[in-house]
Amino acid sequence: MKKVAALLLVPLLMGQAKPVLVPDVSRRQIDIAYSFTGAELLLFGAILYPGGRLPDDDKPTDIVVVVKGPTQSILVREKERIAGIWVNAARLRYRSAPSFYGLVSSRPIDDLVDQRTRAIYELGLDSLQLSPASSAPAEEQDRFAHGLSDLKARGGLYYQKPGAVEISKGVLYRARVDIPARVPVGRFTAETFLIRDGHVLAVATKEIDIRKSGFERFVARSAQRWSVAYGLVAVALSILLGWAAGFIARRV
Amino acid sequence: MDLYLPIANLSVNALVIILLGGFVGLLSGMFGVGGGFLTTPLLIIYGIPPTVAAASAASQVTGASVSGVFAHLQRKGVDFKMGGLMVAGGFAGSIFGAWVFKALQASGQLDTVIAVVYVLMLGSIGSMMAREAIQFIRATRAGQAPRAAKRRHHPLVASLPFRMRFYRSGLYISPLAPLLLGFGVGILTILLGVGGGFILVPAMIYLLGMATQVVVGTSLFQTLFVTAWATMVHATTTKAVDIVLAALLLVGSVTGAQLGARFATKVKPEYLRLALAILVLLVGLRIFIGLTWRPDEIFSVELS
Repeated sequence: MKKVAALLLVPLLMGQAKPVLVPDVSRRQIDIAYSFTGAELLLFGAILYPGGRLPDDDKPTDIVVVVKGPTQSILVREKERIAGIWVNAARLRYRSAPSFYGLVSSRPIDDLVDQRTRAIYELGLDSLQLSPASSAPAEEQDRFAHGLSDLKARGGLYYQKPGAVEISKGVLYRARVDIPARVPVGRFTAETFLIRDGHVLAVATKEIDIRKSGFERFVARSAQRWSVAYGLVAVALSILLGWAAGFIARRV
Repeated sequence: MDLYLPIANLSVNALVIILLGGFVGLLSGMFGVGGGFLTTPLLIIYGIPPTVAAASAASQVTGASVSGVFAHLQRKGVDFKMGGLMVAGGFAGSIFGAWVFKALQASGQLDTVIAVVYVLMLGSIGSMMAREAIQFIRATRAGQAPRAAKRRHHPLVASLPFRMRFYRSGLYISPLAPLLLGFGVGILTILLGVGGGFILVPAMIYLLGMATQVVVGTSLFQTLFVTAWATMVHATTTKAVDIVLAALLLVGSVTGAQLGARFATKVKPEYLRLALAILVLLVGLRIFIGLTWRPDEIFSVELS
């Protein structure tokens, strides 16, 4: 009985020994409107140490913030030169690749934690769990994973940015994450990691909804739900504009 | 001025798209072609996804052909019988084209096929036009009156059964010929987002042997209906018509088309044809280079 009581107390005691993150985000919801060219998210918060005392050793405290977009099932194709022209040849399907992955940290992620910890928490572009739906050899899977992250990085959809987190007085932190205009809509998660001495001490998660709003939402929805009416409007618009231009030109 | 495109899911500079539409419209007004063969590749080069580019370019061609059809109607420059048959063939062709589109998309070869078809089409038509224009210019320079080509239809067309009369075109041929021609152009309209005028016009002159005064009007008539239909097919199957993108292109192109039509009256037509031929060849060359040079990025990603 005593043993059980002691075991139950363990998490509480650990909770007391470990620091806690109190995160917040500048925008819970990002609306995509006609003028949307991307957004900047500010993720900030406080590190609460047990007893309110900062650790007295001189090891640095680091913060890593990872913002992930909704996962997508995707097909990656690789071009190959066949008969002089470049055509899609090999392909690999991924069941759950994040549509967006932005990692910002106070220092380069490789300096903070080892390879194993990076893999556990998916910290860093080379540690993403993409779950490929194939039994291709590891070398080919690596090539595709590298190709995918390189392609996404070109569009600003995958990146890692060391030094984009500021920590003041070891207690308050502030991270900036750029959301490009090409992001898909959906629920994004922002995970904040507190790292000291190669260990992840605390994790906190916040959610951000990105959605189309107003006219853009209406158009995207109409195209999906009322596709015939949508097509008719597109045709009517083109006929009307073409006719109007001809009419005006004859008058002028 | 940045504007977010709700279907393409990206933000573009509205002025660039309007200017692009205007540039294409200027050419279409000058040369009497829809200009879809330029819009789609230019949009893809700008970074619009190929499916959205092909689907939205078709509606721009509709807009560009409307005022042309009205103008030719007044001059009795449309053979409705011939045009109607081509439109019927075009409807069937575009439905078949939508099926081809989906099949190619599933196999991952859509972009390559689009590019190869473009290269073949632009290369052959461009060189044909260039040769003819140069011969014509040489002949006029040498002081010979250019001889009017004898109007006749291709032996293949003559061999088709069920002949009927087309009074305005001055023809007695099988209705299968315009139907098949319309069918082929319908496939291209769906695949490439082109109106097909630059194929139809030479085909009507050299294959069918139609009276030249109804060629352009009838071609525009077919283009108007088939591109409108193609927009509908894309809206209901690929759902890739971006109405904001189409509107921007339209605003530019209908304005450009009117300016181009005025400019065209001030230039000798053979030089116009030569200029168009060079342009067509350049676009074809650009796409050919894209196919054969090692691409910047050999990976591509699509949702599945």
